[in-house]
Amino acid sequence: MPPLDATPSAPDAIVAIRGLSKTYKTGFQALKRVDLEIRRGEIFALLGPNGAGKTTLISIVCGIVNGSEGSVTVDGHDIARDYRASRGLIGLVPQELSTDAFETVWATVKFSRGLFGKPANPAYLEKILRELSLWEKRDSKIMTLSGGMKRRVLIAKALAHEPRVLFLDEPTAGVDVELRHDMWQMVHRLRESGVTIILTTHYIEEAEEMADRIGVINRGELVLVEEKHTLMRKLGKKQLSLQLQTPLQAVPEGLANWPLELSADGGCLVYTFDTQGRDTGIAELLRKLGELGIDFKDLHSSESSLEDIFVSLVRARA
Amino acid sequence: MNVYAIRAIYRFEMARTFRTLMQSIASPVLSTSLYFVVFGAAIGSRMGEVGGVSYGAFIIPGLIMLSLLNESISNAAFGIYMPKWAGTIYELLSAPVSYVEVVLGYVGAAATKSVILGLLILVTARLFVDYEILHPFWMVAFLLLTAVTFSLFGFIIGLWADDFQKLQVVPLMVITPLTFLGGSFYSISMLPPVWQKITLFNPVVYLVNGFRWSFYGKADVNVVVSAGMTVGFLLLCLAVVWWIFRTGWKLKS
Repeated sequence: MPPLDATPSAPDAIVAIRGLSKTYKTGFQALKRVDLEIRRGEIFALLGPNGAGKTTLISIVCGIVNGSEGSVTVDGHDIARDYRASRGLIGLVPQELSTDAFETVWATVKFSRGLFGKPANPAYLEKILRELSLWEKRDSKIMTLSGGMKRRVLIAKALAHEPRVLFLDEPTAGVDVELRHDMWQMVHRLRESGVTIILTTHYIEEAEEMADRIGVINRGELVLVEEKHTLMRKLGKKQLSLQLQTPLQAVPEGLANWPLELSADGGCLVYTFDTQGRDTGIAELLRKLGELGIDFKDLHSSESSLEDIFVSLVRARA
Repeated sequence: MNVYAIRAIYRFEMARTFRTLMQSIASPVLSTSLYFVVFGAAIGSRMGEVGGVSYGAFIIPGLIMLSLLNESISNAAFGIYMPKWAGTIYELLSAPVSYVEVVLGYVGAAATKSVILGLLILVTARLFVDYEILHPFWMVAFLLLTAVTFSLFGFIIGLWADDFQKLQVVPLMVITPLTFLGGSFYSISMLPPVWQKITLFNPVVYLVNGFRWSFYGKADVNVVVSAGMTVGFLLLCLAVVWWIFRTGWKLKS
């Protein structure tokens, strides 16, 4: 009989992390009782500043670092007791460009597939290499490749054994724009084929572009986990900027009801409002401006990015 | 058992060997040939027989052991040290492999390579001196046993080392002196009585003598003791490797 668990994971959770802590020998506590469930088939972005614990978390799930407390299961398989089953499901693209310099691309990818216990399948490996634009380079030694190409090799190695869960640790660090977009496309293709993707990143743009859900980790604690759209709605602010025909000296008294800011040159009025509010107050503001005879030549509205949200979250907790 | 993983590691390591053919095979064969020219042909011709065997033939088992020990240790140590140094060890740690499979892959490849080398030296020796092998089965058994044991020992050194200097220090400072003092070039009976006792603490004495017995049927030490000591060291290395993987020492934080 399987052991009873106090907090059974949701049926759609493919990775379930419970009460995970990690204290290194130096005494540094990298993770503090982290609870996290990754849903099957989603793209999950783990955001956090340097040293927040992102890589430690990934390393424990993949078996590279031992956790101090807590448990992790991958598709129901405990990572310690049932490591063969759990690790076989996982592919990892590490942050560092660690490669076998003297090996060819083909040899290293073939090695990865074997290491993960899969019989040789040249057709499948060819498909991966072609998708990653590595096919032409298959007989090149890895040391002759550029940084971006090495990153692709690491991705090919991680995919060589057809994993169901893919961890991408800072996949686009130091990667040019073209490759970054290629990678985003590849991640979406993988997700369509049913692969669950967990990525860590510094680039908020990346999380915003790709993720379904976002987790923010700071100083070893999971600060929040939220659907990306909910998060942006909840914490997002919108701003309406009005370019005035004639600069103002100060915000007129008649507009005191609105939280308005006047730019230094007096030529622009900025109205900040909550996207969640039922009544944004824009219509009335514009009417009032008309009454007061304040003309504007242009207007535009902007939404706060995930980056703004992230910075304010991390600052608030610091 | 993840047989694909064992095969992948084994092939990877063997490919490394063939990529560095000059360094791995040619240079030990050359240096052993030099030993034969100097000790076997030049000096040996002026020396009498040792235990009824010509000096040139007498040193063959010792010379093979000398290369076998050094090559087993350095191959296996380098094999596991490289991924640690290059950072590619992450893949091994995150793979669904047990330590038994990892050891079979790495140690198996290192031992294969040194056995090939030992046989090559044996063939090379034929060009310089005549010899006979009285117990071919035991000769091969000693060759395999020593190759596996010292590949395991090298594997441990590779896990322990955290820089290139540590990787070199044990083969250079411990193994080379022990082999030279282990009766590769002389019979223990040639030593002063005190040293005859002291030298029995040198494990290489048992390896060389066991191996020499399989050639000429004569040795300074009883062959059963030789085999027993070698197996004992093999078991010790296995225990250490088992402990390292169980605790994740130097591999996992």
